Amino acid sequence: MKELPAVFRVFAYLSLLTVGGGMAAFPEMKILTVEVHHWLTFPQLVHLYSVGQMAPGPNMMMIVSIGEWAAGILGAIVAVIAFFGPTSLLTLLVGRLWNRLAKWPWRKSIQDGLAPVSIGLLLAGCFTFARGAVINVDTAAIAVATLLILLKYKINPALLVLAAAIIGVLSF
Amino acid sequence: MSEITNTSTTQMMPASNSLASPATVLQIFLEFLLIGATSFGGGVVAYLRNGLITKRGWLDDKSFVELLSISQSLPGLNSTNMAILVGDRLRGLSGAIAGIVGMCLPGGLLMFAVGMVYREHGDHPLATAALKGVAAAAVGLILATAAQLGKKSLEHRADLVFVIVTILGVNRLHFSVLTVLLAVGIVATIWYRPRPAGIEQKQSVTP
Repeated sequence: MKELPAVFRVFAYLSLLTVGGGMAAFPEMKILTVEVHHWLTFPQLVHLYSVGQMAPGPNMMMIVSIGEWAAGILGAIVAVIAFFGPTSLLTLLVGRLWNRLAKWPWRKSIQDGLAPVSIGLLLAGCFTFARGAVINVDTAAIAVATLLILLKYKINPALLVLAAAIIGVLSF
Repeated sequence: MSEITNTSTTQMMPASNSLASPATVLQIFLEFLLIGATSFGGGVVAYLRNGLITKRGWLDDKSFVELLSISQSLPGLNSTNMAILVGDRLRGLSGAIAGIVGMCLPGGLLMFAVGMVYREHGDHPLATAALKGVAAAAVGLILATAAQLGKKSLEHRADLVFVIVTILGVNRLHFSVLTVLLAVGIVATIWYRPRPAGIEQKQSVTP
């Protein structure tokens, strides 16, 4: 219960970093949830994040699990409100002002400027994540194979992730 | 850049829906609930397009692309930002709330249950083995997403520099994500500052 304010602060802060996707916030999520607050371990964070990729809907709903671990069912609710509240409000306001912003010359500059930054943050998050996920030759092979298959074929990624789970169990 | 003109929305108000029959708040909630429950494997945008344009006829392609571009240039996930924007266009604030709640509810409930099961049984050897595979595949999935995004949105040579500086800032120099986002974001925005060449831009500077 005493963790609730921390849950709120952490997820509200993380939400502001999710420019171009949830992965952008991953390095900071690792520091705050694992190293600062000890709500879970790094391998647990990596596992929850990857399972979250298989769940339907927004791909960051694993914040619910972290909130629940930190402060029970209230923690789960607070995590969701903190993670989606502030950015949703901002989106609502900007959405309503958009037609005016369309004429603002800097709007295009901001969009052009944020495009490479958001891809950089996605990759930076991915590399932080990979340190916990690619731990030997087998896992490296699965990662590379998944990448190549997805680049070459139109296939639902959830199926590949599921296949990787089966390979993991079989190779155990 | 194409100028977006929308006759019905010049004020700070949600756009009234001129397409098809107006959606009720309940319909918005149910449609997003369905998308939130069935969009397995990421790529929620494709599910949104299918549900909102093809099936419901609530949006046309042009508005969809416009709303998506707003979603992508703001913090927050594309899927939930889209739920807010589409819900607001259709039914104002209550539509926006119905959209995002529907969108998050199925995955949220699922991850609530998954989190509890994982806490109890996550250290079971079989679970650990499966999760090792899942996490490795997730790395490939994220890299594929980055490659696809890069192909679509990186047009200039300078972009590559901004991408690399961002990665180094976070992973090597260990600056906070916020610091890097602001620093590189501001430099890149100034790099792509409005050029006086376009007459159209010049006009829009005048108040």
